[in-house]
Amino acid sequence: MAKLLYFGRLADITGTNGETQNLPEAVSNTDQLREWVNSIHQAGDTFLQASIRIAINNEMVREPCKVSNGDEIAFLPPVGGG
Amino acid sequence: MIRLSESPFDPGEALRGFSASVEGAGGIVSFTGHVRPASKAGTVERLHLQAYSPMTEQGIEAALKEAKDRWPLLGAHIIHRIGDMLPGEAIVFVATAAAHRRAAFEAADFLMDYLKTEAIFWKKETAGDTSHWIEPRSEDYKDSARWTKQGDT
Repeated sequence: MAKLLYFGRLADITGTNGETQNLPEAVSNTDQLREWVNSIHQAGDTFLQASIRIAINNEMVREPCKVSNGDEIAFLPPVGGG
Repeated sequence: MIRLSESPFDPGEALRGFSASVEGAGGIVSFTGHVRPASKAGTVERLHLQAYSPMTEQGIEAALKEAKDRWPLLGAHIIHRIGDMLPGEAIVFVATAAAHRRAAFEAADFLMDYLKTEAIFWKKETAGDTSHWIEPRSEDYKDSARWTKQGDT
């Protein structure tokens, strides 16, 4: 099982801040993951947008990157505080 | 020192504490950002700040290290609110200390630009009857780009 986290406006789209999902065999990298998350949440092209970055196990990754069950995978829309 | 605070903090107290903690400083600079009472959407009711620990803290630590590498700082202190806050409340506090003023000014400016455009936070504003997520403005990115060293990509 993988832990998927949705931050900022992405939680409004998915309806949850996070969920545990069993990644299908066909989902082994971030490109496939973006497509798959898009489809399970009927999110249009939201998760394909380049402005949405991915962090795996608390590290920002350079894509495409391998993903597997057991990972904590966070989808991060553009950030900014202050 | 870095602190993410779920409750309101007093920036005056933070500055007094920081000033007392640094020795030999010839210049101390501080910046406090407050929640604005109004936005394009109308009267602001509240602001919600979301972070992703520990990535948020690790990113700020890295920015603080870069500031210390670039300027001869004697100390620096950052407080950032998370959770719900009301107009007028302090949302961010940055203080820097150095032997001379220029380093303190520039490092505080650099750290604020990092916090505005790169720190891992998301802001949701509730104004009027609607809530919406706020992303950095193009001016914020332009400000932040001032610190890119030549040769950086």
